[in-house]
Amino acid sequence: MDELLEILNDINPDADYETNEHLVDDEILTSFELVMLVTQIRDVLDVSIPSEAIIPENFNSVKAMMRLIGRLKEDE
Amino acid sequence: MRWKKPACVLLLAAVGVTVIAGLQRLLMPKYMGQVVEGNFTSEYYEETTPHDVLFLGNCEVYENISPIVLWREFGITSYIRGNAQQLIAQSYYLLEDTLKYETPGVVVFNVSAMQQFDQDNESYNRMTLDGMRWSASKWNAIRTTMMEDEHIIEYVFPILRFHSRFAELEADDLTYFMKSGKVAHNGYYLRADIRPAGDLPVERRRSDYSFDSRSWEYLERIRALCENNGIQLVLMKAPSLYPAWYDQWEIQIEEYASEHNLLYINCLEASDEIGIDFATDTYDAGLHMNVYGAEKMARYFGPILLGLPGVYDRRGTASEGIDLDSVWQEKCDFYDQMKASQEEEFAKLGYIKQFYIQ
Amino acid sequence: MIMSLVSYEFLAFFAAAAILYYVVPKRFQWIMLLAVSFLFYAGGGAVYLLYPMITAVSTWFLALRIGRVDSAAQTYIQEQKPDKEQKKAYQAQIRKQKKRLMTTGILLNFGILVVLKYTDFLLGNLHVLLGPEEGAVPQISWVLPLGISYYTFQTMGYLIDVFRGRYRPEKNLFRFMLFVTYFPQMVSGPISRFDQLRKELFEEHPFDGTQFTFGLWRVLWGFFKKLVIADRIAPAVATITAAPDVYDGIYVLVGMLGYTLQLYADFSGCMDIVIGVSQCFGIRLPENFQRPFGAKNLSEFWRRWHMTLTGWFREYIFFPVSTSRFCRAVSRLAGRLGMKKVTKKLPVYIANLIVWFVTGIWHGAAWGFILWGLANGIVMMVSQELTELYRAFHRRFPQTDGSVYGAFQKVRTGLLFSGLLMFQYYPFGTVFAMLGNLLATGRLSQLFDGRFAELGLTAADFIVLAIGLLLMLLISILQETGSVRQKLAARPLVVRFAAVFLLFVTVLVAGCYGHGYNASQFIYNQF
Repeated sequence: MDELLEILNDINPDADYETNEHLVDDEILTSFELVMLVTQIRDVLDVSIPSEAIIPENFNSVKAMMRLIGRLKEDE
Repeated sequence: MRWKKPACVLLLAAVGVTVIAGLQRLLMPKYMGQVVEGNFTSEYYEETTPHDVLFLGNCEVYENISPIVLWREFGITSYIRGNAQQLIAQSYYLLEDTLKYETPGVVVFNVSAMQQFDQDNESYNRMTLDGMRWSASKWNAIRTTMMEDEHIIEYVFPILRFHSRFAELEADDLTYFMKSGKVAHNGYYLRADIRPAGDLPVERRRSDYSFDSRSWEYLERIRALCENNGIQLVLMKAPSLYPAWYDQWEIQIEEYASEHNLLYINCLEASDEIGIDFATDTYDAGLHMNVYGAEKMARYFGPILLGLPGVYDRRGTASEGIDLDSVWQEKCDFYDQMKASQEEEFAKLGYIKQFYIQ
Repeated sequence: MIMSLVSYEFLAFFAAAAILYYVVPKRFQWIMLLAVSFLFYAGGGAVYLLYPMITAVSTWFLALRIGRVDSAAQTYIQEQKPDKEQKKAYQAQIRKQKKRLMTTGILLNFGILVVLKYTDFLLGNLHVLLGPEEGAVPQISWVLPLGISYYTFQTMGYLIDVFRGRYRPEKNLFRFMLFVTYFPQMVSGPISRFDQLRKELFEEHPFDGTQFTFGLWRVLWGFFKKLVIADRIAPAVATITAAPDVYDGIYVLVGMLGYTLQLYADFSGCMDIVIGVSQCFGIRLPENFQRPFGAKNLSEFWRRWHMTLTGWFREYIFFPVSTSRFCRAVSRLAGRLGMKKVTKKLPVYIANLIVWFVTGIWHGAAWGFILWGLANGIVMMVSQELTELYRAFHRRFPQTDGSVYGAFQKVRTGLLFSGLLMFQYYPFGTVFAMLGNLLATGRLSQLFDGRFAELGLTAADFIVLAIGLLLMLLISILQETGSVRQKLAARPLVVRFAAVFLLFVTVLVAGCYGHGYNASQFIYNQF
């Protein structure tokens, strides 16, 4: 969780990640940022997110991202 | 209050239709300026009394013969249903249209339209067809003669065609909003200016002198329609020097006339006999007659027409209770007055303002 | 010729289709839509129907095969209960099978698109490469079925989605054909997704007066944008953009803005007609525009302009490419070479350039379009690089969050988008010269030097255009707080009538249609 927040703050520091649940819909995370995020998650957390999982529902909130990461880890 | 909403809807619909109809009327050309030909077709429906003779054709009829002189000097009641570049199919459907209102004794058809079956200028179609009252004849006339980029719905709702005029509306559009102005004399287009015939372009030789088969088809339809209605059909060729009337064409028409036992009068050949002087009797250098030429034509045609069955000297008689003399007196006055004013203007200026192209 | 959406024929066709649609039993409605879609498309000749049929049948078949592989795999796992290692190996093998099927479909269908649309472009370039003295390379000029870029993309999106297991493939070939050929959207989009369009197309739609009226209002609004605005500026814009030698200085700017307005009014008007017609059938299509001129930067602009296309590129090219093994390898290589800063961004930028190259060539088989696409991509990368700077700037000057600065951003973004469009219409390589010319010699006084009169715009044209643009702006502003049609519907009958009737009369009278105007095709039909 903390690692993820660090990555997020590194990508765009201008957002309140703990509470915002519309990160993609509010365009805080645009496609550029999403890809950087996915790359970082892979490099830092060692979880590779397939491109078809890059949909707003999975990235609108930190909670959703954690869920996604958890699910992918399980599948490994 | 159950009726209130439907009533409101109906009222608004009525307002909407009225506004659009008004706009359409406003936007349609009034043809009261330099070009008046767009009024000819509709003027016919103002007639209150029948005619013994109906002339059909293009500019070679509506500028070349004076129905007023035919009446004044011979007592012949006649009407010209002719328009600029009126195609033979349009003549046929205008004849059909006319037969809904009256059955003349004689129809005179000018054969120059045989040479070209298809329209080459959309505005001629509009001038000929827009004035027609709605009927199957109008529909068929449009379908047969409209150009490739024309659309029948633009005839049903002319605003679709003329809406672009919104930027060029003029005083005439308001003046003649309610009622069109009267411009012709029983279909005759009066011009009292003079421009002598000069050098005309040399006609090219053609590779093929045979008429379009569709032209023949419609000539045949005109003939059959006349025959079925007991009308005597007469063919004529007006005394226009240009566009040329080739001998090869003349032969074909002569053959057709004799085959069907029709009278064919070639006024171009008879122009000496008629007394036409191309130095004084044409207003556009030999293409069309002015009023002097048209009156000579009427004097030539009068006795011929009187010799045909169904054509009578109607002076001093009445038709369905309407006194013909007084109806025609009004026409004569209008004619004399227009002729006099044009003559005066031409004498003073050397041209007539209304028709002067700057 | 397939009929234009702004023709008498189309209105008659639409009216007849709508009557039939609501007359037939509800469960046949989709069949009726398929029939009229075939009729619509076959209007241009049988060949126009041939290509979409190849695409529809091949994709339908391959997607079904993918679905069958999936089902078989599921049964296998359920029944055989393999251990983790076995399962992984098995799944990899299944994925390979599915990928082969998907690749076949993609190669076939994009192959058709490439051959039909780009053969002449490729041959032309070959000609230049070989040297003109080598003699002429023949041009083929295929019959290009209208809308091929749209339906190919939509259909390939479906195939990829099925491959990804997003939804089950459609079993019924005819239903699938309707998805490919649904006539309002086939010719110029919007590019829909199967899972969204499916329920719209195949549900039963009882007649809904409000939806129908709203649909018609929207169609009317589309006609207004297309006929009153786009087609009225079109000739002047064409004159300016075709003669850069004559129309230089301030006219570069005039042409730029005119071209943008024309493009917007034309394309978004077309979408209003398409979506409105569809709404009359009770079928919701995705939006393609969301007031793009309210965007504050170029990438936001592109999220609001031709949204279904950019969405397609994002989902099916940008994300897969940027997370691909290739991009990972390149960025790792950069990391090893000590370029720590770019490692993170490299995958994004590679994918970005690829997307914009494809966007360019999607719009037209010409270098101008490719350059235009790449220029957009480069501008976005530069602005991404400057993000840090912007953020610092805003922190230092918090007043820049105000509406004045916001307005400045919007104008800047609009100008940027317009300016980049110059790549589309100016000859190859002259864009910077024209821009320089504008900046160096552009004077407002040039508007009165006689060249303007040559554009053929009359005083009436200006009045109509001014009113039209104001109205378009007003509607956009109203839209920000919700559906304009719903607002209108809440007003009394007389107000509703007056508003719609006035709009109708304006289109009727001031629209550029019929005799005397050159019937012009929608710009976005040509793809």
